[in-house]
Formats: sequence, structure tokens, C-alpha cells
Amino acid sequence: MNRINVVPRYLTKVLAMLLTIALAMGVSMSALADGEVNVYNWEDYISEGALALFEEETGIKVNYMRFTTNEDMLVQVRADPTNYDVIFPSDYIIERLISEELLEELDWGNIPNASNVLGWLNNPSYDPDGRFSVPYMWGTVGILYNTKMVNAPIDSWTALWDEEYKNNVFMMDSIRDTIGVTLKMLGYSMNERSQEALDAVKDRLIEQKRAGIVKAYQVDETKDKMIAGEAAIGVVWSGDAAYAMGYNEDLAYVVPNEGSNVWVDGMCVPKGARNKANAETFIDFMCRPDVALLNFEEIWYCTPNAGTIALLDEETLQDETIFPPQDVIDRCEFFQDISSDITRFNRIWLAVKSAR
Amino acid sequence: MKRSSFAAPYGLWMLVFTVVPVFIIVFYAFSVSGGVTLDNFRLFLEPEFVGILTFSLWLAFLCTLLCLLFGYPCALFLASRDMKRATMLVVLFVIPMWMNFLLRTYAWMTLLEDTGLINRFLEWIGIGRQRLMYTENAVLFGLVYNFLPFMIFPIYSVLVRSDRNLEEAAQDLGANSWLVFLRVTLPLSLPGVVSGVSMVFMPAVTTFVIPRLLGGGSFMMFGDLIENQFLTTGDWNFGSALSLIMMALIFISLGILHRFNPDAESNGAVW
Repeated sequence: MNRINVVPRYLTKVLAMLLTIALAMGVSMSALADGEVNVYNWEDYISEGALALFEEETGIKVNYMRFTTNEDMLVQVRADPTNYDVIFPSDYIIERLISEELLEELDWGNIPNASNVLGWLNNPSYDPDGRFSVPYMWGTVGILYNTKMVNAPIDSWTALWDEEYKNNVFMMDSIRDTIGVTLKMLGYSMNERSQEALDAVKDRLIEQKRAGIVKAYQVDETKDKMIAGEAAIGVVWSGDAAYAMGYNEDLAYVVPNEGSNVWVDGMCVPKGARNKANAETFIDFMCRPDVALLNFEEIWYCTPNAGTIALLDEETLQDETIFPPQDVIDRCEFFQDISSDITRFNRIWLAVKSAR
Repeated sequence: MKRSSFAAPYGLWMLVFTVVPVFIIVFYAFSVSGGVTLDNFRLFLEPEFVGILTFSLWLAFLCTLLCLLFGYPCALFLASRDMKRATMLVVLFVIPMWMNFLLRTYAWMTLLEDTGLINRFLEWIGIGRQRLMYTENAVLFGLVYNFLPFMIFPIYSVLVRSDRNLEEAAQDLGANSWLVFLRVTLPLSLPGVVSGVSMVFMPAVTTFVIPRLLGGGSFMMFGDLIENQFLTTGDWNFGSALSLIMMALIFISLGILHRFNPDAESNGAVW
């Protein structure tokens, strides 16, 4: 279902770049018709069936666009927020967007199904008054490993630096996630920003790369490559892990003992969105328990929808990859917005990526 | 109506989509949040950025060299057949180019990976798995594979149009086939070689995506860096400065190549 999807992603990226250039030149794109909603979501992050059902029931046409990392999406939204009606940023990016005043306040009267959202997610730290976002999915960052290719069960981030797994580790091509897990491995908080800690992170990541442990830095490809047995270890988001484990029973997922990142992806409406009412209809539709179930069964991240959870069987609810037990959540933390320090993070990341 | 007015749409197109964007790039490159500055160029002098550039130049150089080594004999071979069979062969070379290079690169990924077809074959005949993907050589291979036709066709189109009588005359005057090649065929084909080298080297330096796919994101080239500045970091100013540096390099290499071209007005090197 999503095996071939990775191809057009680069095309959409290139297209997006051309479009922003055209916009910068003042060439205005044709105004969008009334019956449309422009949705900008993660790659492999929705059920096609749910989208078709939405178009069928509401008659609103969905223009669907994809991104790979939060940072890619943020750049596009900043360039022109009015290009999108619904976006799916993670917690710390929602915080950022709110502080940059790039989000519209939601009209809760149009989103009655939002009442299905679990209580603990109603007034999250990234959106304290709960005015700008509706949770879509949540999950953790952890290690997906092939039990046939490792000597012992993995429970620590240090496995990613074990020479034993030379040329056998997929790292995540995502700034916050990769720097975050390295910070955790070194005993810091994932939100640590001191130069001392960041320098240590940079050294460890370059050391890991030079030692030949890293096979590749990638995001959406990892799950399929792990299914195929291309590497022993991969850093992944929990839903990708659950998806991969469904295809290859040798795979196991762990949130390491040092702790990790727990995240929430929300649905938001960017400032000046052309079809705000349609956007709210779309968000409401995605919160309907049966629709959220379609999405859940497609992408296997934790649904924050109480109505959907009520529809699940006991075995799914017991699955610790999908629904992490409380002790796992307790050792995880949310990313916080790092505002202007992102330039320092970018530099470290470039130094790692260009190291040879 | 003057004939030159037919060119007006093209002129307008060039103005709007080439000249204006270049000025926008220059504006971004020399500014940071509105103020005029050289900071973007100063930032480029940091070792990691210079390192990415030299790596790109080195890889593009190797790619061009390999393309020339494989491409020249290939063009010679294509041009030496009698026309009917050659057309067939030329079509065979062109067909893969009809397909998007990304799709072809994805196809190579499934062939080269550890559990891919080539490795399965190697395991089956007892050689065992080789590390084919996510290496510098894989990136180089991807570049050569994608750009080889751009070397073959300019050389081919020059060779196929060169006057056979000259070679026969050289033979009549007592030159052996090696000498004919060295003194007649090769000099005549130089415009094609120059054109081929520029058509391979320049896109190779600026390549992006291929290194990420075949190199697993571990080998960043200059094109990837520029893409990263625009799409991930969102630093259009630094990205524009990098693009300007790239453009300058392209003009410099064009100038150097031009000096090597014995026949600058050649109509053979149109490919």
C-alpha cells in the first residue's frame, strides 16, 4: 500500500520548491474553488479509504500533499500558510507555530467529534488552552530490531554505537529525533541545549558514522527495509514499528531504558487558510471513531480517540508497541520548541551528514 | 511583422523564469533579514561546507572521467556500424532515458541492496553477500549510470557526421588504424567530447537525491546541501549564496572547457 509511495515524495518536494519560487515572484496561483480542502500530512500517515469516504460523504475535494519531517513542513507553511487548510505538525512544532502566530483558532462548534479525544490530551503543554490543535495520533521513538540478527534483546540506545552492529543500523534522517536519542544515550534530557552537550552529541554521531555502524540515514524507507531484513537495528517511530512487525515476526520494538520521546501529532489550521470551514469539517471527520479506526488500522500509531479505543479488541489493546504501558510513558518526554537554537542543531546535523 | 518578433514569447519566458529569478537569488545571497551583508559567503568558508563542495567536485570529476572512458568507445562503436543496425542500437540507448531517472535509481536500489537480486545471485553461486549499496561507489555508480548517455550522444553525433573520406585518405597515405584514430578521428571528435564533458560534469556536481538514495543519506553533495537549506532549514539566504557559488563554478568550468574546444562554432556539438 505504501511501498511505492516513496517515489512521488521527491517529485512533490521538487514541485513544492518550484511553487514557492513562483510565489516568491508574485505569480499568484489560481484561486482555489469552494469545495476543496488542502491537506498537508506526513508521508504514509492516513488511510486512503478514509480520504475517499470523506470526499464521498461531504462532496469536498481533498488536495493531499505530503512531507517527511516536521522541519520540511514548517519551512513550507512559513513560506505561505494560506496554501494549506489542514496541517499535521508535532507537539513542539505546534508550540512554534502558535508563538509565530501562524495558526487559526479552531471553531469547536464545527468539530463536535473532538470530544472523543482522551482527557489527558485536551490541554497539552504545547497548546495550553487547547485552542489551536486536535490530537491526531501519538506514539514513541524507539528501536526496531531483528531478533535473528542481534545477540541479545536490546534495551539501550548504546546498541546504536555497538561495533557488533557495524553496517547494520538505520538512523533517522530527522534532526530532533536523532540528536534527541543521542542526548538520551549520554544521559541528558532530550531538550538539552547547552553547547557542551550538543558538542558531545556531534562527536558521538560522527564517531558512529566513521566507525561504519550507520548503514543509512532515512525516514520512511526504514520500515520496509527492516521487513526485508536489510539491517539488524533501526530507529523508528512506534507506528512504523507496529506496521513492520505485522509483516515480519522476527522484528521487535523497544523504548530503551534511558527513556525516549513521546509525541503527539495534531491537526491544525494555518493562518489565513482559504477553506477554514472545510478544514474544520475535515478535522471533525477524522475524529469520528469509525474514521479514526480506519486510520489506526492503516498506520498503527496510538489513537487518542476514546470512541475508537472502545472499538478495539483486547489483543490490540494489549500490544505494547502500539499502546505503551505507563512505565514506558513515564520515562519518555515531549520535545519542546527550541526556537532560535534550531540553527545550532542544523549545523551539528550538517556536520554529521557531511562527515566522512 | 518582423521575424524576430516570433521570439518575443521566448524572450519573455527567459526574462520571467531565468533573469528575474537570478536577480532574486542574488538579492537573497547578499542579504540577511533585509540588510546587505557578506555573512552568507563567510559562513560557506566553514570546513564542513567547503568539504561538501570539494567532495562534490571530486565525485563529479570521477563520474566525468568514467563516463568518458566508457562513453567514447561506445560512441565510436555506435558510429562505426552501418546505419540501419546503428539506429536500432541508438534507440536502445535512448529508451531508458525516456523513463524518469528517479524511477531508474529506485530500480537500482532494489537490485543493489543486501537482500537484493544481485546479492541473492552472489549468495547462490557461493560468493556471498557484498556491500553494494550505501557506499561512495554506489553513489558514483548511480551518477555514471544516469549521465553516461549525455557523454555518448554528443560524441556519437559528431562522429557520425564526420567525413569518412578523411579517414580513408589517411589510410591511403599509409597510416595504420591506430594512427588514423589518433591523428584524424580523435581530433575531429573533440567538439563532441567537450560538449559531453560539460553535459556530464555540470549536472553531476549539482546532483541531488541520487546520493541520498544510493548513499543512504551518508554522502552529502552540494545539490543536497542547497536542497537542505531551502526545504529543511529554511535558510533561503544561505541557500541562495550556495546557488550563486555553484553558478560561478559552472561558468568557470564552461570557460575552461571552451578553451579546449578547437571548433567553438561547431554545429556538431548540439546535443
